[in-house]
Amino acid sequence: MDQDRSDWLHQPRPTWPPESRDPISSDPGFSAVNRRIDEHLSQGRVSRLTDQLTEHKAVAAATVLGLGALAGLAAYSLMGPSQPQVQRHAEIPRLPDDAPGRTAKQARFGDYAVAGRSVTIDRPRQAIFEFWRDFRNLSKFMENIEDVREVSPGVTAWTIRAPLGMTMQVTSRIVNEKPGEQIAWRSTEDSQIETEGKVSFRDAPGGRGTIVEAHVAYRPPMGALGQMVAKVFSAEPSIQSRRDLKRLKMLLETGEIATNKNQRGEGGKFQKAVERDIQNNIAAV
Amino acid sequence: MRALTYHGKHDVRVDTHPDPQIVNPRDAIIEITSTAICGSDLHLYDGVIPAVLKGDILGHEFMGRVVEVGPSSTLQVGQRVIVPFTISCGQCFHCRNQEFSHCDNSNPAEKQDMSESLYGHPMSGLFGYSHMTGGYPGGQAEYVRVPFSDVGPLVVPDHLEDEKVLFLTDILSTGWMAADQATVEPGDTIVVWGAGPVGLFAAQSAVVMGAEQVISIDHHPHRLELARQIGAKVIDYTQTNVLEALLEMTGGQGPDAVIDAVGMESHGFENFNPIDTLKQKVGMGADRIGVLRQAILAVRKGGRVSVPGVYGGFSDKFPTGALMEKGLTLRTGQTHVQRYYRDLLKRIEEGQIDTTFLISHTMSLEDAAQGYKNFAYNQNEWTKVVLKPKWAKGRQEAGRANIANRAGLSSAPGSVPAGSGAVVDA
Repeated sequence: MDQDRSDWLHQPRPTWPPESRDPISSDPGFSAVNRRIDEHLSQGRVSRLTDQLTEHKAVAAATVLGLGALAGLAAYSLMGPSQPQVQRHAEIPRLPDDAPGRTAKQARFGDYAVAGRSVTIDRPRQAIFEFWRDFRNLSKFMENIEDVREVSPGVTAWTIRAPLGMTMQVTSRIVNEKPGEQIAWRSTEDSQIETEGKVSFRDAPGGRGTIVEAHVAYRPPMGALGQMVAKVFSAEPSIQSRRDLKRLKMLLETGEIATNKNQRGEGGKFQKAVERDIQNNIAAV
Repeated sequence: MRALTYHGKHDVRVDTHPDPQIVNPRDAIIEITSTAICGSDLHLYDGVIPAVLKGDILGHEFMGRVVEVGPSSTLQVGQRVIVPFTISCGQCFHCRNQEFSHCDNSNPAEKQDMSESLYGHPMSGLFGYSHMTGGYPGGQAEYVRVPFSDVGPLVVPDHLEDEKVLFLTDILSTGWMAADQATVEPGDTIVVWGAGPVGLFAAQSAVVMGAEQVISIDHHPHRLELARQIGAKVIDYTQTNVLEALLEMTGGQGPDAVIDAVGMESHGFENFNPIDTLKQKVGMGADRIGVLRQAILAVRKGGRVSVPGVYGGFSDKFPTGALMEKGLTLRTGQTHVQRYYRDLLKRIEEGQIDTTFLISHTMSLEDAAQGYKNFAYNQNEWTKVVLKPKWAKGRQEAGRANIANRAGLSSAPGSVPAGSGAVVDA
């Protein structure tokens, strides 16, 4: 044979049961026993009581484990991290990471309420830049901006929605502009509220469009009005900007802003803009 | 218009609502000719899906004729269309990647917060399926507004009657995607938990895709009968030890892929299911994952787990050990209907796929509440309910799966499970 004799695959396989220990295989009674076992197995429907008992034990064990875990969690939240843990953290300083500052667990922005969000929009960078650069478009996707007028090149007058049906006037001046890349603006001194913002545009990787990153900061003024403004803007500024950017994405990618309203009058401010166009162009039976 | 309206847990009624109008440029209004009650509607009916509000119009399986189109719709008035239950814009990252049920733009911005905090990312819009998915008025109605009507609706040829194409909107496509995600290869055994409409279509799809053996698991005899009719073997989990049976039916290896077509309200007293049920009843946002646990234990090493069944909340005692140590692939998700419906329509036309065998009852929309009740509580006999908005109240017809038509079922008398008589009761 030219095969490698050391190959274990070609060794004779052990058999089971070993022939030497198989005295009953020649026994004529053996096949009868086998048949009875087969019959027994084929019925196979024995009481489930033992199964159920095992289940109950498993359930009880799981409950005990769960309660134990809960107790541990409660103890941790009451007593905080242990002394050795605190010490370890002090001895090994944290590495400054690559995440945007606004995502820090503890972030402070002085008197300002700051919101920052990014969104990827499957449209060319220049087109999105130009849409935003015309500040009159902001009211088309920003919930709290009712109206924007251009006063002079680079200066716009904003009407911002405030609580209790009131509005505020803000004059905004572009302070930094890199065509196709970034726009930054700041409110002028005659505005009712101090606010500034910055939006940047960069190509998304893999031809996925453009990443739009917006930062908006408000400094609520003193006084009663300021209190209310603070509530509006600092309560949920991040949620508001998140929703606004989602609407921007909808508008630029699909040409409309999604609504579940079934009646034209109920569509809200984002549908009003398209209503006239629609009414003149509906094809119907 | 008349529409099936949610009033509370186990309380749905047909109420009068204003007719829908064109609101956005890409909208179309469809006059509905047929609509169906989906198994997932029963999760709403049972009150286990959050953010379903009183007054919401339910229904997400519907078809009809176009009666009105907005200026940017590509549909034409008079066309006959089926409408996918998923609302998709066609232009976002996900739609471009054929992941239509992950559309970024179809759920209104203010409705996205809830699913975003629950799931980390917002869900897309769905018709008639809670405010988490947009709160869009659904299609168990006379009319419906269809957003992005240039992307979703599929024009169907007139020679195919409603019943043959209606289920493209959801359950047929969902069953097909379930089998597609399970990946059927030559020699494979595919096991489907649940012989409801999605489970039956998943089983049929696996058969059509060439599985060696398809096994359906349920406890309703009539539903198992339907599964057998489309070429599946069946296991009644109340009679049989499922894990043992699946090993023995696959030569000790275990099934190659498993499909959970049951979802968050699984039955039975095994797999920690009673604890899940208790937590769900007291409103802890818990899913009942008994079936998923069992499926993950049953599937062979390196096997595939496909989950078309709906889950909404959280679960515990999820078998992470089995998932990792057995090297399993887990594939899930709402159906990307638009990815599959053209191919499926062709298969229906060619007679490859039977879409009407599971319909048990066709009735007037006016009687929809009765349909819900029976579909929920009489699951053995009521296997699929189709509603007709044009029918007069009280009119009802038996479908092919109706027990009254039992003679029409192809299962031979001898095909009753042989072991079923041997159950030891005492």
